[in-house]
Amino acid sequence: MTATFLGMPAFPANAARAVHDAQLRANLRKATRTIRDRRAAAVAELPGWERLRAAGRQIKDHTLRNLDRYLLRMEEAVVRAGGHVHWAADAAEANRIVAGLVEATGENSAVKVKSMATQEIGLNEALAARGITVHETDLAELIVQLGGDLPSHILVPAIHRNRSEIREIFRTRMGARGRPAPEGLTDEPAALAEAARLHLRERFLAAKVAISGANFMIAETGTLVVLESEGNGRMCLTLPRTLISVVGIEKLLPTWRDLAVFLQLLPRSSTGERMNPYTSTWTGAAEGQEFHLVLLDNGRTAVLADEVGRQALRCIRCSACLNVCPVYERAGGHAYGSVYPGPIGAILTPQLHGMASELEASLPYASTLCGACFDVCPVAIDIPEVLVHLRGMAPHPRAERLAMRAAGWVLDRPERLGRAERLGLRLRRFVPRRLPGPLSAWTDTRDLPELPAESFRDWWERTGGGSGRPPERARRVGRRLPVRRSRAHAGDRERQERGERGGGGR
Amino acid sequence: MTSRELILARIRAAVASAPEAEAVRAHGVSPPAGEPGEPGDPVELFAGRVADYRATVHVTDGDGAAGVIAAALARRGVSRPVVPDGLPGEWTPAEFVADDPPLGAGELDRAEGVLTGCAVAIARTGTIVLDTGPGQGRRMLTLVPDYHLCVVRAGQIVAEVAEALERLDPALPLTWISGPSATSDIELNRVEGVHGPRTLEVVVVR
Ligand code: SF4
Repeated sequence: MTATFLGMPAFPANAARAVHDAQLRANLRKATRTIRDRRAAAVAELPGWERLRAAGRQIKDHTLRNLDRYLLRMEEAVVRAGGHVHWAADAAEANRIVAGLVEATGENSAVKVKSMATQEIGLNEALAARGITVHETDLAELIVQLGGDLPSHILVPAIHRNRSEIREIFRTRMGARGRPAPEGLTDEPAALAEAARLHLRERFLAAKVAISGANFMIAETGTLVVLESEGNGRMCLTLPRTLISVVGIEKLLPTWRDLAVFLQLLPRSSTGERMNPYTSTWTGAAEGQEFHLVLLDNGRTAVLADEVGRQALRCIRCSACLNVCPVYERAGGHAYGSVYPGPIGAILTPQLHGMASELEASLPYASTLCGACFDVCPVAIDIPEVLVHLRGMAPHPRAERLAMRAAGWVLDRPERLGRAERLGLRLRRFVPRRLPGPLSAWTDTRDLPELPAESFRDWWERTGGGSGRPPERARRVGRRLPVRRSRAHAGDRERQERGERGGGGR
Repeated sequence: MTSRELILARIRAAVASAPEAEAVRAHGVSPPAGEPGEPGDPVELFAGRVADYRATVHVTDGDGAAGVIAAALARRGVSRPVVPDGLPGEWTPAEFVADDPPLGAGELDRAEGVLTGCAVAIARTGTIVLDTGPGQGRRMLTLVPDYHLCVVRAGQIVAEVAEALERLDPALPLTWISGPSATSDIELNRVEGVHGPRTLEVVVVR
């Protein structure tokens, strides 16, 4: 195993990071388990869940099959209601459109409701590059934005921060962006929420432009639907004069009645509530607002073209699959290297972006195929099926190929193995505690086995296998170590050594 | 080729060989009688479910409504609530702030609270829906003040989400309210009230 890891870039040991990871894991465990139980109770309470789930799947499949027709109907309905519709083929175009719309208002800032589509296209960064400041308004997004890092969960994006970290972020960073945190701020959740309320209130009341996403769009009526908890969504959707909504083309539902299915499926699957605190719906220019809808493709039509993979477009971003996933619970959202974490990210990201890069090609492997995600998915996306399908399409992750090649070379010849082991032992202080790239998710939750001070082969040679037999004979036995090239896995090597050691004792 | 044409062309190419997908629409209107979870008395169920969200709920009759409303306002220390146009006179206290001329966001921020009716309510989920119709006002009115007192008539309560949608007009901007504003973003501790009204009080009139 030493040789395997020696082929990779070293990772600087980072104690602070390790502590942080312990916090992350504890938070994640608590979060995923709590939400998981709540969801189970909320689902069990509603009769006919499976019927609803089947309806959800069918409505989405039907919409996707006729997406061109429904998009045109949506466009027509929005325009009829006084709104404007823009079409964006990719992220760059969507960002250009939004920047142009904000600039046209003469403003240089906007308030924003959390939206995965705008995160996906990097809207905040693109607007910043054009001198437009975007203020995130969800509590968690505010924590993430002020803290200068990335969201790690669809629903609880700041799950990797604990209350004292949040207090620190508020205390030190709020002032630079507006109203500072109150004097003597404690780390009580209620006090922290109050600080966020005060910090953002002035901004809401003064905001002229808002940017949002949407959970659903209704083709028949041209209506947009946003579900939320805090009320920042309502603030953004209601108060500013101009509202710009960036929505993926797959968010469409055919009819107003269809919304009933999804208003039952989503809150119960997501937060495990009968209903989320606030849902806003609006059609076109509501209450005299100027309304712009930006319809976003950005890879979705490519997903639609894949017979097996297209079911990922049914996703309503409830995050139920994250909360039941054993890999997510240990690795956390950042390991997926994308705005879409967890099982859904593992199938959506490689499809949206293609699998040219190492990260994307490795994502279909970030699963044990246990199937828990499929069982809880409110629109019955067979995530394991798509994962296997994508694995078949992905080039073997570069990391995996590299490791296999290095291991094969070393294990092929006993002299090389011996040298590699001794080299490994000399360098053992430098063995990374954490694997690079997507593999870090694995080592974040497992300790790499300690390298012993002496290799098994050297021990055998020195002690004659612990039996007092002459070293010459021991060396011959040592050479017959049944090393298989195809199994360079740390665990396998360990098991092998254990097995041999047992044999040597006999 | 515009992006609109491009996207539509990509979609048509993507689904060209896919089989037609018909949707059977089980909208989850009332479950068949006798199935577990069938709502009993909708008023009881609604009141219980609103209370589950940690909102205060009162159930009264037509004669008692004015008294219950006045008492709730007094308990909260609201002497002059914002009252939208069209709220029934018998519910309206003597002293109130009218939205005429339209109140600004700053004025609403300084208001003591708001008193409204609603369009529809849903028993199973404990949800109130406002549609900006008579007695409900512009969306801002029920958003910016920190206290919302909402009066629901028994006849406005339906059992299921699907029935509510049938009664509502999607052309109007709708606000669905299920309990007070809340967040669980800090270590998953539920905190009532971030940006919306932190206190929701509901009066159900039988
Ligand atoms: S894949 Fe299914 S379970 Fe996962 S977020 Fe999407 S809808 Fe929810």
